[in-house]
Amino acid sequence: MLKYTVRRSFWIIIVLLAVAFITFSLMHLVPGGPWDREKELAPQVVENLNKKYGLDKSFFEQFGNYLWGILHGDLGMSYTYQDRDVTDIILQGLPKTAALGVAAFLLAILIGIPLGMAAALRQNSIIDYISVFFSTLFASIPGFVLGIFLIIIFSVTFHLLPTGGWGSPKQFLMPAFALGALPAAYIARITRASILEVSRQDYIRTARAKGLRERVVMFRHILRNALIPVLTIAGPELAFLISGSFIIETLFSIPGIGRLFVQGVFQRDYGLIMGAILFYAFAIAIVNLIVDLLYAVVDPRIRYE
Amino acid sequence: MSMAEDAVRTEAVRPHHTLWGDAFIRLRRNRLAVIGGILVLLIALAAIFVPIFSPYGFAQQNLDAIREGPSWSHPFGTDELGRDVFTRLFAGARTSLMVGIFTQVIVLAIGLPIGAAAAYAGGRADNLIMRFVDVMYAFPDILLIILIRAILGGSIYMIFLAIGLVAWVSVARLVRGQILSLKQRDFATAAKAMGAPGRYIVWRHLLPNSLGPIIVLVTFGIPRAIFAEAALSYIGIGIKPPTPSWGTMIRDGYDLIFSAPHLVLFPAIALGILMLAFTFLGDGLRDALDPRLRR
Repeated sequence: MLKYTVRRSFWIIIVLLAVAFITFSLMHLVPGGPWDREKELAPQVVENLNKKYGLDKSFFEQFGNYLWGILHGDLGMSYTYQDRDVTDIILQGLPKTAALGVAAFLLAILIGIPLGMAAALRQNSIIDYISVFFSTLFASIPGFVLGIFLIIIFSVTFHLLPTGGWGSPKQFLMPAFALGALPAAYIARITRASILEVSRQDYIRTARAKGLRERVVMFRHILRNALIPVLTIAGPELAFLISGSFIIETLFSIPGIGRLFVQGVFQRDYGLIMGAILFYAFAIAIVNLIVDLLYAVVDPRIRYE
Repeated sequence: MSMAEDAVRTEAVRPHHTLWGDAFIRLRRNRLAVIGGILVLLIALAAIFVPIFSPYGFAQQNLDAIREGPSWSHPFGTDELGRDVFTRLFAGARTSLMVGIFTQVIVLAIGLPIGAAAAYAGGRADNLIMRFVDVMYAFPDILLIILIRAILGGSIYMIFLAIGLVAWVSVARLVRGQILSLKQRDFATAAKAMGAPGRYIVWRHLLPNSLGPIIVLVTFGIPRAIFAEAALSYIGIGIKPPTPSWGTMIRDGYDLIFSAPHLVLFPAIALGILMLAFTFLGDGLRDALDPRLRR
């Protein structure tokens, strides 16, 4: 297990290096430079700026410097916010992005699993139909579209919630739901299908036949086995949720990392773009690692050697 | 009559089933899939014909009718420049459908050969390709699309390409897996034993047999691509005006959401319905083409 974790972590570092290299190369292909303004800067000014940020060096030298900086927790300078570096900006956006992501994920789990369970336990009942209807609907509507509907209903029509911003719990409700609804629906669907599948297994009949109480059968035998496929999709779903958060942040004017990235693209702020992509890639990699390790906890048949 | 003759007779009466015929029958029995398919068809037809027969051009401005609510002459109202929202909505559907279809063409054009090559080459080449695919998976996909879009520029074709260049990896991975497992089957061994060259086996036997899962993946890829374009256009780096796009319509209308919510509501509903339709169709196709369910 430890060996596996170390090996995987090592692999994550290599993948992130590759991601950094590809992003770095792509950014050098973007036409126009960070100093393109409405009013053209004097050539001498551009030259001095390039010198200050090390943009006059060769491509590999620049990349090397960048990596060296990352090792020291320095993601380089932002080209837009002259007085701050990217690490600062990302650390400022991180709590918002993380809070939104965690809330959405908890929502997905806390709604998705019970909903799927309820549907499976009362298969073909009205509860089942309602649950399947909503999970089918919400699993196909992107959070962005749902967010717009929420704004039109709760902000425009009933004036209950603010359209966006950050700071009060009221501003937090709609974005968290918009981001969490799709994974919740997806998890509910998988949970339902998985419980129905497991319930038909022989060992469940055995468990009932030997007279175990229904609650024990449900939680210790059915649910534990049924959650393995849920975990399988939770990883990619979470990754999807993380990279989808940028548009929810933009829609609800939340000053998180995703929104900073969008601004960075507009201002050709290479430093900020690079930092944001690396941050997202890192977050996705860590999430996938955690999910893989959780497998071994949930399913003792899986042993990582 | 002997039992053998009897068996022959029932065999002759039994209707002939092909995989595709079977799949079609199962698809037709799936209510949601039928709804999805019909919706896609209706939207496609409307996207073709509404802009042709509409009395208004999608970019035609009428400054005497600005931000009007729904009425008989403008069923979905007009926007801040007095353009007919109904016409623009279906002109936008053209954009969305084009994005959905052409990105998948690019995805297949890149993903099929690479996945097939990796599976058939095996060894070091396979390893190298799949490690690259792993790296591509590590990217937050929509952010990478945005970055590639910044390099390629803003024409609609470049947006197809930007999305396609990011989305091909899942097809490559699927094709590789399919071919690796099919390669072990008897019919592949038989073809090989008869001296068929590797490339012939891949194109003639292995790819056609993995067509089902590929079709399902592509069907799910369409709404994802449509959403990626809408997201790009919404943040202002997607389709350039005057080409109508639902993402751009939402962006433009958002500032007026309190005074004229219909400007945002209609494109948002359209985007939701189109994505719902493709997802229903994809779900139905997945169930219909699953050979394990075949009778």
